[in-house]
Amino acid sequence: MSNITFRLAWRNLWRRKRRTWLTVGAMVFSNIILVFLISMQLGMYAMMIENTLRAQTGHLQVQAPGYKDDLKMRQVVPDVIDLAAKLRSEIGSDEIAARASAFALVSSEERSYGLQISGVEPEFETRVSSLPGLVTEGRFLEDAMAEEIVIGSVLARNLRTGLGDELTIIGSGRDGSFAAAVVTVVGVFESGMPDMDRGFAEVPLGFFQDTFYMEGAGHSVVVMAPTLIQVGALGGRVESLLPAGEGLVVHNWDVLLPGLKQAIQADFVSAWFMYGILIILVAFSVLNTQLMSVLERTKEFGITMSLGVTPGRLGRLVLLESGLMGSLGLLLGIVFGGALVAWLGHTGFTYPGLEEMAGQFNLPGRIYPQFSAIGLLMGPMIVLLASVTASIYPAVRLHWLEPVAAMRAAE
Amino acid sequence: MKSVTCKQLCKTYHQGEVEVIGLDHVDLEINEGGFVCLSAPSGGGKTTLLNAIGGLDTPDSGKIWLAGERIDTLGKGELANMRLHRIGFVFQAYNLIPVLTARENIEFVMEVQGVPADEREKRSTAILREVGLEGLGDRRPAQMSGGQQQRVAVARAIVSKPALVLADEPTANLDSHTAEQLMELFVELNEHHGTTFVIATHDQRVMRYAKRVIHMLDGKVVDDERRDVA
Repeated sequence: MSNITFRLAWRNLWRRKRRTWLTVGAMVFSNIILVFLISMQLGMYAMMIENTLRAQTGHLQVQAPGYKDDLKMRQVVPDVIDLAAKLRSEIGSDEIAARASAFALVSSEERSYGLQISGVEPEFETRVSSLPGLVTEGRFLEDAMAEEIVIGSVLARNLRTGLGDELTIIGSGRDGSFAAAVVTVVGVFESGMPDMDRGFAEVPLGFFQDTFYMEGAGHSVVVMAPTLIQVGALGGRVESLLPAGEGLVVHNWDVLLPGLKQAIQADFVSAWFMYGILIILVAFSVLNTQLMSVLERTKEFGITMSLGVTPGRLGRLVLLESGLMGSLGLLLGIVFGGALVAWLGHTGFTYPGLEEMAGQFNLPGRIYPQFSAIGLLMGPMIVLLASVTASIYPAVRLHWLEPVAAMRAAE
Repeated sequence: MKSVTCKQLCKTYHQGEVEVIGLDHVDLEINEGGFVCLSAPSGGGKTTLLNAIGGLDTPDSGKIWLAGERIDTLGKGELANMRLHRIGFVFQAYNLIPVLTARENIEFVMEVQGVPADEREKRSTAILREVGLEGLGDRRPAQMSGGQQQRVAVARAIVSKPALVLADEPTANLDSHTAEQLMELFVELNEHHGTTFVIATHDQRVMRYAKRVIHMLDGKVVDDERRDVA
């Protein structure tokens, strides 16, 4: 669209100032709501992902191929501690730690339970996992070779055991042989995740390797990226540093925890049903405005057509008017919505009951909306698109206009 | 060379249940460079004929040629294109776009024609001078008198030098002095640029300038009067 047409479209908007401002106001209002809600969702998802990954898989894991789908003891990462040290040195990050994992039977004096037992590097596990910080009784592991264990609160209750008590671990080693050891409970954690608190424990990696005949191997190297966005790039870097010929693979968090990603996607989709209703209401407001505007200008359109302007060009003018109106709504919505998100992203906000609920899932009691381009732009862009789409009908109506009949229309 | 040729044009309207004959077997030929008035009482068919010649309305039957090209068979888009490049319209009620300035009203049609911005500006400046509106280009229609608005409408109609200008009661809303000035402008354009003018009117002041007056009644051509204009 060229210069005069653009000016014409812009000035046409202000023929009925009040009506245009009402429509733009509806757009701005919905855009502010969308910017806020989407930013809040993104903030919550980032928090959920971060907390879940910190508690479980990390952002990335180096594993043997197939281990992710079938947790067999034999599918190992050789010299796992050395590999983790090499990655820390090459990447220049301490947020990398080696792990090994086995299923075992753990017994106290009175009871026995099956659980997943994980061998971790005490020094580095604190950098990649939130679990050490969730120890509510006693302490986390300290010595890589110590015969110590940290167990979940529910397991401790079930085993009727506590700090300083001894537990017997029985399982099968990497080579299929019988593995057994006695460990002392030095810490009890409470993650808020019942499965974890009931069936998970951690022991020092050196001790684990001895007990389960791992011969220096482990099952994964956990890597944390500075931010979620950097995970992809970091994955490529880790992959390039892996020893050749061992066929090790790097998995992203969404491959390791597909359920988390699906849950977020499902939540996002369901939220969009609500957003969709809001957007449809705005679109109808635009449709109403533009239809009124086209009907009011029937005579003028007839005159313009008599001068040789095609209905198609007039239709594009109507769409341009809606586009300009939508852009104004978008701009103001982003400015005001962005200011709100920036403020709440800094101070956070809460509501009654949130703190208790979030605490159960190891989440902070305040929500911090995420200030991001996608959060700011996604909703308003869709509103803009819907506004222009809503104007297609008034624009298409012009194709049925006959110049003579249109010029006879009352102004 | 014929500018306009009509053969056996018929057009009937329906006003409610009443059938109104707009054109009744009209035959007409207008030469290039002609200055023709269509004279008829209200409802006599002059505007209907003007609309048919300008491709704004299609006849029920009959044929129309503009500069040798048949137009009654053209589609909407082709007719729009023809109006854009070959015909200039002047209406009784000026019909300017209210939110555009005089200059923008004139340039808008050129913009649709695809004329580059600098050329548009050059031409609009020249035409504003030609119609006596130099210095008023930045005014919107509401800030101008009726005569000035009609001059803008004329400037818009002729800025692209169309071969044919169709004017429907162009002086109806103008005082005598302004109407006279407008007609002198038409004559000048007709004589200097060879533009063909077809003017629908029942204003005797306008007919004084015509080289030919076609009288219509009830959609029929009843008289074709050729005049010598001093």
